[in-house]
This record gives sequence, C-alpha cells and structure tokens, in this order.
Amino acid sequence: MLGWVNTVAQGIMLGGLYGLFAIGLSLMFGVMRIVNIAHGDLIVLAVFGAIAATTMADLPLWAAVILVLAGMFVLGYVLQRGVLNRTLAGGELPPLLVTFGISIVIQNLLLEIFSADPRSLSAGGIETQSVNIAGVLAIGVLPLGTLAAAVLITAALQWLFGRTDIGRAFRATSDDPETAQLMGIRTAHVYGLATAIALTVVAIAGILLAVRTTVAPSDGPNNLIYAFESVIIGGLGSFWGTLAGGMILGVSQAIGFRVSPGWGAFAGHVVFLAILAFRPQGFFPKTHTGSA
Amino acid sequence: MTPLLQTRNLTAFYGDYQALFGIDLEVQAGEVVGVIGANGAGKTTLLRTLAGVLPCAEQAVRFQNRNIGGLDASRVVALGIALVPEGRRLFPSLSVEENLKVGAFARRTGPWDENRIYELFPVLGERRRSRATELSGGQQQMVAIGRALMSNPTLLLCDELSLGLAPLVVKDIYAAIQKLTAQGLSAIIVEQDVSLAQRMASRLYCLQEGRVSLQGDSASLTRERISQAYFGA
Repeated sequence: MLGWVNTVAQGIMLGGLYGLFAIGLSLMFGVMRIVNIAHGDLIVLAVFGAIAATTMADLPLWAAVILVLAGMFVLGYVLQRGVLNRTLAGGELPPLLVTFGISIVIQNLLLEIFSADPRSLSAGGIETQSVNIAGVLAIGVLPLGTLAAAVLITAALQWLFGRTDIGRAFRATSDDPETAQLMGIRTAHVYGLATAIALTVVAIAGILLAVRTTVAPSDGPNNLIYAFESVIIGGLGSFWGTLAGGMILGVSQAIGFRVSPGWGAFAGHVVFLAILAFRPQGFFPKTHTGSA
Repeated sequence: MTPLLQTRNLTAFYGDYQALFGIDLEVQAGEVVGVIGANGAGKTTLLRTLAGVLPCAEQAVRFQNRNIGGLDASRVVALGIALVPEGRRLFPSLSVEENLKVGAFARRTGPWDENRIYELFPVLGERRRSRATELSGGQQQMVAIGRALMSNPTLLLCDELSLGLAPLVVKDIYAAIQKLTAQGLSAIIVEQDVSLAQRMASRLYCLQEGRVSLQGDSASLTRERISQAYFGA
C-alpha cells in the first residue's frame, strides 16, 4: 500500500516537471495559435546553455541560471518578432513548418558543438537529498522543489493573465488581434512578450530537468511529446489545467514504471490516447481568465 | 478654419480589389458628419481606413494638421481617433469591465474612466463582471461605445450602431451619442438609416460604389436627391 502511495507522490512531482514543460507550449498556442514544434528542443537548448555557462565559462550555478533565463527571454522576443510574427498571416501551416525547421537547426547545432553525449547539471548535492514524511515516505528535495516551482509559476501566470494590463492585452489579442490593435495594443510586441515569457518558463523547466537527469541534444522531440500530452490532457486554455494534465501524465508514467520498468512512458501514452478518445477536449477546457 | 480631419483623394484596396476611389471628406472640430450609402458602397471601408486598419497613402488623411494616412491602428487611436467597429467586436473572453479597461490601452489622458462610462450607461455598472458576450445586443453596443470612449478620443467613428438592434434601443444609443457630441466630441456616423443619420449629423456624405455621390447640409438635402445618390438612378 505504502509503495503505491509513494508511486503516486513521485508521479505528481514528475508531473510538476511536465507541467512546466507544457506551460510554454500552452501559452504560445493560447495567445498566438502557434503550435511550437521546436518547444522540446528549446528546453534542450536552455539545458546546454546552462551547461556551457557552468563548465566552459565556469560560472556558479546561480549566475548561469540567471543568464539562461534572461537569454531565453530575449531569444523568445527576438524569435517571435523576427521570425514567427512573419508566419502568422498565412494560416496554421507556416508557423508549424518554421518551428519544425528551428527544431532541426537547434538539434544539429547542439550536436555539432556538444557531441551526442548526454549531460547533466550539478547542483551541489541537492539532487540526492530527501526529506522524510511521517518517517515512512522519502521525498526527494529536488522533485519537491520542482513541484513547488510549477505551482508558483502557474499561479503567477494565472495572476498575470487575469489581473494585469499585459494579461488583458494577451487575452484580447488572442480573442481578436485586429480589434486589439484598434485599442492601441501593439500586437507584434504582445506576441513577442508572450513567447519571451514562454521561453523563460522553458528555461526553468530545462534547468530542473538537467539537474534531475541527463539530457542529450536529441532529447527535444521526446520532451515535446510529454508537453503536448500534458496540454491535451489538461484541456487547452487554462494554466492550472495544463499543470493538472502534467500531473495526470506523471502519475500514469510512475504507475506504469512500477508495474514494469519498461512501461513508464508507454503507460503515459496509453492514458493520453484514452483521454484523446473519450474526452478530447481535456479535463479543464477553459480560456485564460481571471475575474470573469 | 482648418478641419479636424480631412481626407484627400483617399483610396483603399482589399488585395487587388479597389473599394474606395478618391474620397474627399472633412470633419470640423465639434462637428458630427454622417456617411450613408447602400451595402457595399464603402462606408465601413472608409472608417476602417481612417482608423488605420487598412493601409492608405500618408497624405490621404490629415488629422489635427498632421498626415496620418497609413499609420498603424494602434498609433491612430493614440492620436485620438477611436472606432466603434461594425458588429461591435467585443472581446468574448473578457468581462465588461475588462473590455473597458482594454479600451484605455492607448493611455490618452482625458475625462473618461470606467466610472464615467457607468454613469453614461448605468446598466453596464450592474453587469461589469459579466462576460461581454452574455449581454443583450444593445448592452453590447454600449460596451463597444464605452470601450472606444476609454481612449479619450477627439474623433469618434461609429459604424452602424443600429445594426441588429430594436428601434427603442437604437433611440437610447443615439441619445447617448447626442449627449457626447453636445459636449464637443466630433464624430463620423455611418448609418443605413438615412433619416436617423439626417437627424444626428449636420452634414451628410452619400457613398456609392466607393465614390462620394452626394454631400451637403443634412437639412438642405431632399429625399429625392438622397435616394438618387443612394441608388444611382
């Protein structure tokens, strides 16, 4: 019995990581209707950015984290305004193709610079520490911190979207970009900010992933699938739904893994497909909204 | 006196299709100008071009002694021209209150804030937390007008405020517009309903197939001349 409790607890915490993977994807789709195929590779890019900063430039981890977060924010803004905004007029296909191309470029660039070896980030021993709950359940500090980060970021984004000027601009632009322009909202800039925020969350997710496990340049598509599954399970639109979707995926994987170590990812896919078949709108289909 | 707004040889296109052919129009400060015409005459296109949604030549539109043709819509509203778009175009996932707040995004200073809008349309104050699309058609039109006023415009562009509304509601809406223009707000009012436009505006322009087919003081234009200009008989 306790073994199962432990499995579910591990699954929920893993789900926090998947939720972080998924939030950026959900945000970009929510505001701009862009399906970002390069999302997983951008997670890996952030990881290798942090690895380069700590090993090649010999920065302390905290400095590398700040650098990577700021770098991904700027990259997101530039990528959106310089590239993705130009693809929006032509319907859904051009952004899909362009982000697919970006995905291939990132993978090969990382392969060229860092080789195919999987690597990880060292966080000074925090990755192996754990806390005891009621003396029976050992919970890793890192997974717990990841879950806390996911909840905090979800709450922060929900507040940003629901209660602030820029959040209202995000939602208004998502509803009707042309009318948003008539209100004085510069939609090109708003889109830039949306992607900047999405990639900042991507950077946090990537760093937490790389402290937890090893990451190789070719891991992007796998991360993308988990992010996609979380978004679909949660239902497009609300950040809490996306986080919950991540948790359902995490728990499914943890249970599958407990049944047989080869079945973790497989169980996640099965649950995802079952939800797609029986509840295709996901569990929490709603638009980003605060007060309404 | 230089007009508040002046267009010179204004043309507009949807892709290859030309919708406006050399429109010359003037609005004096404090004046209400009506634009009438049949469906497809170019009335909505004219307002959308003035608001910066559709591109045009820089010299084609002059506002407060400045050429503003071709400026982006988000900059035009910051200069003081606000559009109440055809079909209202409220933001469906935002509440009434939030729709109004978004209207203030251009950050122009002036008399309008949320409370003034609720004074003008008390029913909106009662329903401020409702989703904008849950309101009745007339109330939605009030939100659209309020949202435009939140930018503290000098010139208000109204596109078919009466569209799809009951006559009694139309009366209320235009009573509010009259209150605004009596306080000195300039406006261009596009209407299908000719007698309504005649009552509201001091001068009328009639469009036909993208050209001005008739213009003059509302009072001096006879029914016959208007219907001739309307249908091009």
